[in-house]
Amino acid sequence: MDGHLVEACALTKRFGDFTAVDAIDFTVGHGEAFGFLGPNGAGKTSTMRMIGAVSPVTDGTLRVLDMDPSTQGPAIRARLGVVPQEDNLDNELSVFENLLVYGRYFDLPRSVITERADELLEFTQLTERRDAQVENLSGGMKRRLTIARALINQPDVLLLDEPTTGLDPQARHVLWDRLYRLKQRGVTLIITTHYMDEAEQLCDRLVVMDKAKIVAEGSPLALIGEYSTRDVVELRFPVGTQDENLSLLVGLADRMEVLPDRVLIYTDNGDRTAAEAAERGSKPETVVVRRSTLEDVFLRLTGRSLID
Amino acid sequence: MASAALRVVEAHARVYRRTWRGSVISTFLSPVFYLLAMGIGLGSLVNRGAGTASVGVPYLTYLAPGLLAATAMQTGAGDGSWPVMAGIKWTKTYFATLATPIRIRDLVVGHLGWVGVRMVFVSTVFVVVMAVFGAVPLGVGLLAVVPAVLTGLAFAAPVSAYAAWLNDDHGLSNLFRFGIVPMFLFSGTFFPITQLPGWMQPIAYAIPLWHGVELTRATALGIPTTFSPVVHVAYLLAWIVGGSLVGFRTFAKKLGQ
Repeated sequence: MDGHLVEACALTKRFGDFTAVDAIDFTVGHGEAFGFLGPNGAGKTSTMRMIGAVSPVTDGTLRVLDMDPSTQGPAIRARLGVVPQEDNLDNELSVFENLLVYGRYFDLPRSVITERADELLEFTQLTERRDAQVENLSGGMKRRLTIARALINQPDVLLLDEPTTGLDPQARHVLWDRLYRLKQRGVTLIITTHYMDEAEQLCDRLVVMDKAKIVAEGSPLALIGEYSTRDVVELRFPVGTQDENLSLLVGLADRMEVLPDRVLIYTDNGDRTAAEAAERGSKPETVVVRRSTLEDVFLRLTGRSLID
Repeated sequence: MASAALRVVEAHARVYRRTWRGSVISTFLSPVFYLLAMGIGLGSLVNRGAGTASVGVPYLTYLAPGLLAATAMQTGAGDGSWPVMAGIKWTKTYFATLATPIRIRDLVVGHLGWVGVRMVFVSTVFVVVMAVFGAVPLGVGLLAVVPAVLTGLAFAAPVSAYAAWLNDDHGLSNLFRFGIVPMFLFSGTFFPITQLPGWMQPIAYAIPLWHGVELTRATALGIPTTFSPVVHVAYLLAWIVGGSLVGFRTFAKKLGQ
């Protein structure tokens, strides 16, 4: 199977007249951490549900673990772990019982589940909560339990749909650390996110989706190299003086972006550009020189207008 | 399929082990209340009037098997409605289940299987209470658990399909208000449908509860059914199978798109 765990060709999903995923191509290899980055409504979740063999493909072809999701759904799902966007744990059950019930869906014997549950609770730092009712767990704990649950069948591929949305920074970092360890163990990760830092932290390779299509593909570094510059200088001018300052900056760099509250200058040497801007007599309130991030790539590719 | 559906039943049982306390009291109290109020309270009036002449036995004895079927209907409709809506819309646990090798039809059949298990329990409790009240002997009463379970499933299957099709729970309140309650009253539970105006009788024939009441009452009292028992059983089975088939589609529409 050419070393590809997932192979999509002209993959399309339509709901009535609405095209959620429009003829996208991608492959995911063994042990890779692959990301779908995109704003809300870009088609990430629809794509994940097709890979997860729970949503039929409208058009194009999709192979998952060298099987056809339309005819071999149960066999595919037996080897996947799924962490959905919204926690759908059984709140009435305890932490351990959630793993037990879920493991039974995979037809695992109780003894195997008990053994794996202990390891997984250790791994997700929930051992002390083993018998707690899920309802009383914090958001971060629920997320970690959802991940533990998704690992009960020792999946070849773990699908994570916006794994850290809604978590506080501490909880996000704990989660990233655990996901990184899974990757080290050779688990293939497929992640959707609209957090750039998450994509940079976790993904070896990613595709940027916008309006149902893939608009760019590559490693985080390659994407930054291709769609942004090494550095970004952010100048914030006092209210009402942006226009006069702007005239001083013309020609300073190949690409400049004027936002209502600041000016972004894309350049390969931020410090030099900032110094030049000062030499030309511009008077910014604040100057920030920073490295380009995926966020710059993302905003360039998908635009700044708000998508709800 | 059988084993996958059984694993769904097992999961329901594990959840029930945690939550049974909430429902067990009402399971016992509801037959006690009904038999006290209707069977003994109202029954004493019926027995004094011309009532016994038309039903042939003391009113409590006439009523109790009918109530058994009607309670099975309510249990079936109840278990088929809010839990399904919760699994799809509120707790979304059905999505978690379907991310495993379990298929939509396993989920539907497994859920019905669990409702069946619960129905055996609820109906058995009801029959024991009936026997304690002296309505019917325990032995034949227990035989009536079988048609009672069939009756409950004949509602659980289509109601589940309907609950999955709905977008919010207003439709469920309406189902109970305009569907379940009138059926409860006019399906021969409290009085023979021959007492209904002539134009209403064919309607009663179409209601699965009437067929369920016919079967439970005939079984418990050892009297003949209106039509052949085969017809009544087949009618209930048709609702179970038909409801499940429709359920495969409505569940898929919400969970598998």
